[in-house]
Amino acid sequence: MRIVVAMSGGVDSSVAAALLARQGHDVIGLSMQLYDQREGQPRFGTCCTIDDLHDARRVAAHIGIPHYIVNFERQFSETVISNFVEEYAAGRTPIPCVHCNGDLKFATLVARAEGLGADFVATGHYARVERDGATGRYLLKRGVDAAKDQSYFLFTLDQAQLAHAMFPVGTLDKAAVRRHARELGLQVAEKHESQEICFVPDGDHAAFLERQGAAAAAGAIRDIDGRVIGRHDGVHRFTVGQRKGLGLSSPIPLYVVGIDAVANTVTVGPRAALEQSELTASGVNWIAGVAPAPGARLTARIRHRHREAPATMTGIEGDTVHVRFDEPQSAVAPGQAAVFYDGDVVLGGGWIAKEI
Amino acid sequence: MRIYFDHNATTPPAPEVIDEVTSRLAAEFGNASSIHYFGQRAKAVLDEARSQVAGLIGAEPSEIVFTSGGTEADNFALRGIADVSAGRLHLLASAIEHEAVLNTLKALGRHGCRTTIIPVDQTGIVRPDALAAVLTDETALVSIMHANNEIGTVQPIAELARIAHARGALVHTDAVQSAGKIPVDVKTLGVDLLSLSAHKFNGPKGAGALWIKRGTRLAAILTGGKHERNRRAGTENVPAIAGFGVAARLARAKLASEGARLAALRNRLEEGILARVPGTAVNGAREPRVPNTTNISFEGVEAESLLIALDLEGVAVSTGSACSSGTLEPSHVLRAMGLPTHRTQNSIRMSLGFGNTEAEVDYVVERLAGVVGKLRSLTRAGR
Repeated sequence: MRIVVAMSGGVDSSVAAALLARQGHDVIGLSMQLYDQREGQPRFGTCCTIDDLHDARRVAAHIGIPHYIVNFERQFSETVISNFVEEYAAGRTPIPCVHCNGDLKFATLVARAEGLGADFVATGHYARVERDGATGRYLLKRGVDAAKDQSYFLFTLDQAQLAHAMFPVGTLDKAAVRRHARELGLQVAEKHESQEICFVPDGDHAAFLERQGAAAAAGAIRDIDGRVIGRHDGVHRFTVGQRKGLGLSSPIPLYVVGIDAVANTVTVGPRAALEQSELTASGVNWIAGVAPAPGARLTARIRHRHREAPATMTGIEGDTVHVRFDEPQSAVAPGQAAVFYDGDVVLGGGWIAKEI
Repeated sequence: MRIYFDHNATTPPAPEVIDEVTSRLAAEFGNASSIHYFGQRAKAVLDEARSQVAGLIGAEPSEIVFTSGGTEADNFALRGIADVSAGRLHLLASAIEHEAVLNTLKALGRHGCRTTIIPVDQTGIVRPDALAAVLTDETALVSIMHANNEIGTVQPIAELARIAHARGALVHTDAVQSAGKIPVDVKTLGVDLLSLSAHKFNGPKGAGALWIKRGTRLAAILTGGKHERNRRAGTENVPAIAGFGVAARLARAKLASEGARLAALRNRLEEGILARVPGTAVNGAREPRVPNTTNISFEGVEAESLLIALDLEGVAVSTGSACSSGTLEPSHVLRAMGLPTHRTQNSIRMSLGFGNTEAEVDYVVERLAGVVGKLRSLTRAGR
């Protein structure tokens, strides 16, 4: 079976490629070049940098598979980066990784793979895809390593995408992946992993957005009663739940609790004001194609590192759902994903909408 | 089966070259600058190679300076002239030069030289009036390649050199893609400096030369010992240079016959593709062109995908300039010719060489038809 592996140069996708090759598959490594790598360009990126591309090439040579670098600069810019910029400009907190997976790896890359006669695209995600024997539908499940689970970033995948997806390390824990890497003699066995947004390695997303042309329009910071208590240099510099960099003096710690891009206002409040018992998510994708009925019990994750919270589905209209948490949750940030689980199975997810 | 149609990137060394390089590597370890027996042996090898390389281009052996390859030769020509041209600090190069020339020109531009790019017409040829229009009395050097690496077009160097000389400028030509493929004679071309690279005509990598017309003043860019008549410091790469000499001798001996054979093969490939694959067109002038090269655009097919798909079928081609870690910038050559962006991104180069056969050409035409059809059907499906 011919399988294209998306090789980032990291240990997870390297092991994924090596395991598939060892199983005797016809494996082709593709690495995506996502941004300009010319000398003299400001270095941005902690993943898919030129060094990572070299690492991927060395791993491919080591395990004896063909490897190619495909240039997706334009697609990355048009889908992932432009969305990132627009979302911040609209006062939301985007998750570029979801778009990179759904709109690039499992879209553009899958199309490329198909052109090369491949049946599957494999990645190094900690997630599992299984076929439900009863319904014949594909299920997305969390990776067995709970600490590494990346199913949150894959909730937009549809049945057609899952039908051609493979996650070879999803059944392993990270320690086992590293052990495999060492046994296979992969040079990347001890490579550290990136945590940041890959194209904002210094974590300064405000500076990145300004380089991309975000307007630094000054506006008011208000408290939850609407009083102006400070000034800000542009709503793109803020995210719900943020505490640092507000430039306010207050006897109690203040957090960003709301961002209104149209009014160019940032609202701050005490920690308690961050808590919310309900959320609305729009653009919801139900992976198995069936929405749970109102009243259904599930767990909801509202950001990557969030510990899922038990909740009840309270309503559904088209692709918009309402969910009530058993316990209030802190910093429900518009633009982040709400992903719903039933045990290990990802039911689906959507984008957290602004409270009206 | 593996078929190699990328000879403009590099060529397999001829068996005679492999013998020469390995035997010299084993036997002639001496430093050619040494006075003793071992040094003299190495020096004799260099002298022999120098004569052979000079013979390929109708030059005097003393006019040949060995370099590490074509890129160093191009750097040497541009930087060496810029260094001695006080007062005349204007440099010209065509828009379709190799990066070795274009990026060196850019670097010199950052160091105070004035630089101008000469446009090409839509067939990839530098028109004499285009050169005349940008020459000035301050122009120190005009650099125009003899044959282009991506499309194979051959420039009217002799005529361009006359125009440049009339304004007092010196002329450099990068003959890396023409030497060994078509006759290259420095007197007929009428230039002052000419770059060569061994591995483009079945020689080893790591050896090249700059031909410097007797009496031409230019500064060394590698300074150190008194190697190469004080013009290029560094212990000579004797085995590679010996292989360069043998490759030059072989190329000269079979220039006419191999040229005709390759032209027939290339034309068969071109005609086969144009007839079998709809939506194809040859980029650049079909004549004058080096006999081994064709550059073809495939409407609606991304060159990157086509290249990978062909490689998986065992067929090695290229998208023009080989730069895997480069940028999405379309080929500067096709762009300079004014091709629309989509066409610059769906073009591939095929370059033939010694060892390619009619059967291979027919196989590639067949595979191309299949692969292109498949890629197009996916594009149409909206993916």
